[in-house]
Amino acid sequence: MDHTKTFFLDGREIPFRDGQTVFDATMAAGVYIPHLCHNPAYEPHSSCRLCTVIVNGRPFAACTQPAVAGQMIQNDTPELKEMRRTLTQMLFVEGNHYCPTCEKSGSCKLQATAYDLGLQDNHFPQFFQRREVDASHPDFVFDRDRCILCGHCLRVSRDVDKKNVFAMDHRGIKTEIVVDSPTGLLRDSRLSVEDEAAHVCPVGALMLKRTGFQVPIGSRTYDKTPIRVDSVQNFKAREERRHG
Amino acid sequence: MSRTLETASDPSGLKRVVIEPVTRVEGHGKVTLLLDDQNRVQQARLHIVEFRGFEKFIQGRPYWEAPVMVQRLCGICPVSHHLAAAKAVDVLVGARHLTPTAEKLRRLLHVGQMLQSHALHFFHLSSPDLLFGFGSDVAQRNIIGVIGAHPDLAVQGVKLRKYGQEVIRCIAGKRVHGVAAIPGGMNKALTVEERDTLLREIPQIIAWSRASVALSRNVFESSEENRRDFGVFPSNFMSLVGPGGELDFYDGALRALDAQGEPIFDQVDYSLYNRFIHEEVKAWSYMKFPFILSEGSETGWYRVGPLARVNNSDRITTPLAEAERTRFKEAVGGGMQHATLAYHWARMIEMLHAAEEIQRLLEDPEILGTDLVTKGERALEGIGVIEAPRGTLFHHYKVNEHDVIEKANLIVSTTHNNTAMNRAVRDVAAHYLDGQELTEGLLNHIEVAIRAYDPCLSCATHALGRMPLQVELLDAEGTRVDRLVKDADGALRR
Repeated sequence: MDHTKTFFLDGREIPFRDGQTVFDATMAAGVYIPHLCHNPAYEPHSSCRLCTVIVNGRPFAACTQPAVAGQMIQNDTPELKEMRRTLTQMLFVEGNHYCPTCEKSGSCKLQATAYDLGLQDNHFPQFFQRREVDASHPDFVFDRDRCILCGHCLRVSRDVDKKNVFAMDHRGIKTEIVVDSPTGLLRDSRLSVEDEAAHVCPVGALMLKRTGFQVPIGSRTYDKTPIRVDSVQNFKAREERRHG
Repeated sequence: MSRTLETASDPSGLKRVVIEPVTRVEGHGKVTLLLDDQNRVQQARLHIVEFRGFEKFIQGRPYWEAPVMVQRLCGICPVSHHLAAAKAVDVLVGARHLTPTAEKLRRLLHVGQMLQSHALHFFHLSSPDLLFGFGSDVAQRNIIGVIGAHPDLAVQGVKLRKYGQEVIRCIAGKRVHGVAAIPGGMNKALTVEERDTLLREIPQIIAWSRASVALSRNVFESSEENRRDFGVFPSNFMSLVGPGGELDFYDGALRALDAQGEPIFDQVDYSLYNRFIHEEVKAWSYMKFPFILSEGSETGWYRVGPLARVNNSDRITTPLAEAERTRFKEAVGGGMQHATLAYHWARMIEMLHAAEEIQRLLEDPEILGTDLVTKGERALEGIGVIEAPRGTLFHHYKVNEHDVIEKANLIVSTTHNNTAMNRAVRDVAAHYLDGQELTEGLLNHIEVAIRAYDPCLSCATHALGRMPLQVELLDAEGTRVDRLVKDADGALRR
């Protein structure tokens, strides 16, 4: 692939193709940008703002920001790390995330990102929000305590599975994922284990039943490889498959 | 007579002495003594002042989370909670019988924990009292003092515990709060490298464990402080035993023997525990008081843990520990040993058995198998019982058709010993403190009695909403001005 155009990220020259985002070009160059709501396999969403970078002095979400030749971009700075850490802390206090007993622990993007950002505590007071667990479906548990509103399930169900099982309801701090079914329960929805949406939750919110803790400690996704390495490796492998 | 000194007939005007916190135990508790003008003990109680509530907040969670969640009860014996919950959850998924490898791995995990927990208790927590004396210099009476005066012994204690933790790490991925048991089995096979590493050290571990039994026997039989007569009182004993009456930490049936060693019940399926054991609540402690139903709450209390297990079992399946058990029983003419400090001796016999059992399991080729999970017909209720280091541990779960836990009941080892520990506190207070000018050393006698039971107070308090409470308003002279009591049913009265 011919990369003739470049921008500068933390002083390093990064090549890109026309149409690539800052995120894609950066990850392709082997540089990690923390992210939660973006899964490079799908269209970007730019809602979590964790991938915020400074482009020519102004903050933009890297996952949706088009790469432009000559841009001067900052990614790895103390200020951005602090901002990302704060955003992650807010996610932890807004939900009810108990890593020690969560079956997603060790393979959870929120947890791995927190480790990557050096999160030592939640900083903010815990909200202790009361959120419902929907275990009505024979194959899934939907634990809203752990939901970070990344919207993966929603977008994949809509764009890939064409089922529109999930939607966001309410606004602001009351925003939550709701289920398209007469009762509002997963058991009455069209979600099935064959759906791609059933397997994209980056945290422990939408989980297959009766599969928890089967992967031993030491073999879980981020036990083996830190998220900043794992993400870049996965991104490059996907690019390889797509572009040869 | 077992409740003499539990409640003073008239607490007004009595002097209150508090030991808080009780040290060198797991969790947080306190002892209160009420003394009259002549320092005569009128009331002595062990209070469990912390509250955990796991029975409540596990409600609403999927059942496969239970073994992982409940082990957070404790940092010392999480494996016991992990496995007791796993056994209950096995029933939920219809795994009545695990694969041979899965059961052996669980047994190995469990004896690893038994080894580390018993070593921790004996060397780190109790040995300062036993080596230096109950009333010795408080500045020396701790693990640092042991390291200074008996460095080889202290190192043995640390290394014994470390080895047990290594066994746990190899199976569960972490030394503390790992994950190994899943519904119907285990999540990881033991590798050849892990087995060989553990096997290399086991001869030394067994040798140190044998020496520890000798040490614990010697300190028990020491003429100092009349240790054989310290905190001696008759009681019933309960434990799991194997089908042949043998000591079994992981599985078996319930056996309760009375003070003379006569059976109250034997070979009882533990899933029927509710028909044999009930719990009483009292206003002055968060910890419940279990008793054997047929005997009633007054005389049906019992002891669990190492003393109960060694007293109750007909034999131990490993030769060195069996020889020590025989010697233990001969010391009381083949009857039941009732001395509080015999807990330490029994504990070290169990540690030796754990070490021998680790070797036996590691040398079994099936331990390296990879057939780890089984399942069968689903059930909505599961009960798992195991012998934790501190005694018989019950986990009981009811789930709904959506796999969510609706009710949990945990009867934790230390809870069974609640009455016995209070009895020991009252006994020691009456014998050693009554009429004396109280000193730190004398008060430590009470803690020595409590420590013998190796209580894990943080494990033992869970039920929410049924806690009776009593609030008293005292004036400057200690005379009660007012009192408000909340009964177990929530009713308030003065």
